Amino acid sequence: MEVDNNKPVKKMMLVLSKATLDNVYACFILANGARMEGIESEIFFTFFGLEAVHKKKLESLHVATVGNPAMHMPTMLGGLPGMEAFATKMMKNEMEKLDIPPVGEFLEILAASGSRLWACKLAMEMFHYEKEDLIDEVEAVITVGDFYQRAQGEGTHLMFI
Amino acid sequence: MEKMYAGVAVNVNEEGYLTDFSQWSKEVAEDIAKEENVSLTQRHWDLISYLQGEHKKESALSIRKVGKSGVVSIKEFYELFPTGPLKVSTRVAGIPKPASCI
Repeated sequence: MEVDNNKPVKKMMLVLSKATLDNVYACFILANGARMEGIESEIFFTFFGLEAVHKKKLESLHVATVGNPAMHMPTMLGGLPGMEAFATKMMKNEMEKLDIPPVGEFLEILAASGSRLWACKLAMEMFHYEKEDLIDEVEAVITVGDFYQRAQGEGTHLMFI
Repeated sequence: MEKMYAGVAVNVNEEGYLTDFSQWSKEVAEDIAKEENVSLTQRHWDLISYLQGEHKKESALSIRKVGKSGVVSIKEFYELFPTGPLKVSTRVAGIPKPASCI
């Protein structure tokens, strides 16, 4: 693998805007993977992404079975009662086999690893959430401007999920 | 390829990981740690011997697993090896780099 050591990735700034389980895990694995490489990482939870850090909601996130062509399931079937729960259970089983932690534990790992978690002010207001509704690992409710401020410096990359 | 650590030539791969664990010694570990800008304390050694034990058992290593080992917490793991806990600790321990994403 060719590596350009002159321009290393120093910081990953991830924006999580969705709360379907696959998106949440993609985001967490990227944030955690960065820390494992000694790269700083921060996550800005916005819109539905806030559910991933909402105390009462984070353990009941689902995979989307409707409108997800990769499920290879007719939309009508995907909409049947219990289908999302079933698909989610299957996915969680597979992940446990791979040593991928549940959402709550993953957030604890991220915090312990030094990943920094932020909630979007506008989305908080839109959903009528209070800071207390979110897990303690979320440091503060900030604006998008604050988030960009934090992204300053060479070697920072932003990613929207 | 060969590299000199603690006055001995040891075999390493292109990422600097020992390819023959029998060539590992505490002195070699000290020299590799120096390259990684880590000065080894007793806590590092505790962790290194745990990692080597797991490797001997052929069990796959991950951050989550080390965190649950009771040897170090994830937080301490990062404090001991800030530039990449799994990556650097395994190199110092003389075992292969884990192909883990977690």
